[in-house]
Amino acid sequence: MAQIAADDIGKRTKKEERAMMWRSVKQNKACYAMLAPFMIFFIIFTIVPVVMSLPMGFTDFNMAQTPKFIGLSNYTTLFLSDKIFIESIRVTIVFALFTGPVSYVLCFLLAWLINELHPKLKTVFTLIFYAPSMANVYTVWQLIFSGDMNGYINSFLINLGIINSPIQWLTDAKYVLGVTIVVQLWISLGAGFLALRAGFQNIDRSMYEAGAIEGIKTRWQELIYIVIPSMGPQLMFAAVMQIVSSFTAGTVAQNLVGFPSTDYKAHTIMTHAYDYGWVRYEMGYASAICMVLFIAMYLCNKLISKVLSKYMD
Amino acid sequence: MAQVNTVKLKASNKQAGRKIGGTVAIFAVLLIVGLFMLMPIYLTVVMSIKPVEELFIFPPKLYAMRPTLDNFGDMFEALHSNRVPFSRYVFNSVAVTVSVTVLQCVFASMAAFVLAKCKFPGGKTINSIIVVALLYQSNVIYIMQYIVMAKMGLIDNPLALILPSIASPMGLFLMRQSIGQVPDAMIEAAKVDGAGLFRICWQIVMPNQKPALMTLIIFAFQAAWNIQAGTVVFQEQYKTLPTVVTQAAASGLARAGVAMAAAVFMLIPPIVVFMLAQRQVIETMAHSGIKD
Repeated sequence: MAQIAADDIGKRTKKEERAMMWRSVKQNKACYAMLAPFMIFFIIFTIVPVVMSLPMGFTDFNMAQTPKFIGLSNYTTLFLSDKIFIESIRVTIVFALFTGPVSYVLCFLLAWLINELHPKLKTVFTLIFYAPSMANVYTVWQLIFSGDMNGYINSFLINLGIINSPIQWLTDAKYVLGVTIVVQLWISLGAGFLALRAGFQNIDRSMYEAGAIEGIKTRWQELIYIVIPSMGPQLMFAAVMQIVSSFTAGTVAQNLVGFPSTDYKAHTIMTHAYDYGWVRYEMGYASAICMVLFIAMYLCNKLISKVLSKYMD
Repeated sequence: MAQVNTVKLKASNKQAGRKIGGTVAIFAVLLIVGLFMLMPIYLTVVMSIKPVEELFIFPPKLYAMRPTLDNFGDMFEALHSNRVPFSRYVFNSVAVTVSVTVLQCVFASMAAFVLAKCKFPGGKTINSIIVVALLYQSNVIYIMQYIVMAKMGLIDNPLALILPSIASPMGLFLMRQSIGQVPDAMIEAAKVDGAGLFRICWQIVMPNQKPALMTLIIFAFQAAWNIQAGTVVFQEQYKTLPTVVTQAAASGLARAGVAMAAAVFMLIPPIVVFMLAQRQVIETMAHSGIKD
């Protein structure tokens, strides 16, 4: 902008530019007025918290005293001496690798398969797949994976003769992460899934017809050559939704396998932040943890948008 | 030309490789995944209508032998705590849900209209901030939000359940994408007739945005309905339904029937709302793509 103005005839001074800017702000008073109610809440409850976690990460703050600047020491503690944090990175990566891409692909495939069906069936299946993400009803999994003989999984396996004594699904260090991943997958078909469902629905029929003329024979080819290239934006939206839910998961694990989980086997970065933020009130340290998560999510987002960029128009 | 037409006709009659076997296979796959998705919900319902003594039968049955609605009645008795009746939690949840949903829809609609259809200094910046904010609207910012709310004196105030959820970047984003499809000419015509932005938004644009509005309502409703009192509200009389349901579920098998009854109670409203609006949601989500 500034460069074009400088090359232009009749150069404007900074002052004039500012005056013009101010005039156009005043002209658009109505716009700002309509934007204001949303922006006030958005700034207070989203922008301020995100921006604040950067400086807060460099302090020692316990809610009672004023924050004390301690430089990078939160971060050095995190990466060099906090063994549980390192474990939580490992858990989060395993967790995110399973629930992120798997759930993303699942959303995509299910949306695709649903789209091949009769409209009535589409409605039914969409409801079934979306229902688990609607409310916090995953508590039933506690009964399904219950550690006594009355747990559904245990009684099922005992009846089949696969095991002799009940397995402690929710407390055995071997299983807690797996169990949480299954439950998280179950509730992960949310807004991203609906976006993809809609993306499929919206592809112009003439595209398929043109494809048929050009020699596309199978549904699979149709998917690769027609569908994916025209769904870039929806794929991106769904990706953002999956990144958020897989990186910030923690509540499911806390409610299901307890807090802290056995040997910290289901202890995600989010759970770690929760631990320091609300259990120990070490807000500075918790902010540093959140900052690490912010950056990881941002990088992941950039990576995916790079991969998908060729499908964007 | 005629030849092309017949080819086209053929193609539209029979899309690429639509074999009946394939359709059956697809149906089978969906059925299996669908069963996995449905099973826990089915069990929730079954457990909620099982009489207490059936909960301890081994092996646990996949159906109720003598179904009863006792658990739903007991839910009102069992889930109340010192002087706070169950109906109070229901009332709190309804109040929170209604206020969040209404405010979120009204604020997001106005902001989305301005961001989609008006050019003004700062508009572009805000648009791109919203897209990034989609990433951060989650429990990562709860801790910082807590500090902000503590500074504002909102802790242990019922407003703490409502205010943070009002400005949802996702709601604004979906609405903006949808309003973006409205032809500019329509808005210009209204401007020529002398209508102000506020009137254009509510009398010309929004009446045509019913699908997007329904979508916003669904997402806002679901998010608000699941708000837990958690760490911001401690007084029993301000706690919400999800809080008590989680507490009940944690208290063992004897309470399981009641807990599951409460879970069913929790699940019904969002399912009803979603069923009423599914078609419109799909229509709106078609514009949900992120292009930049």
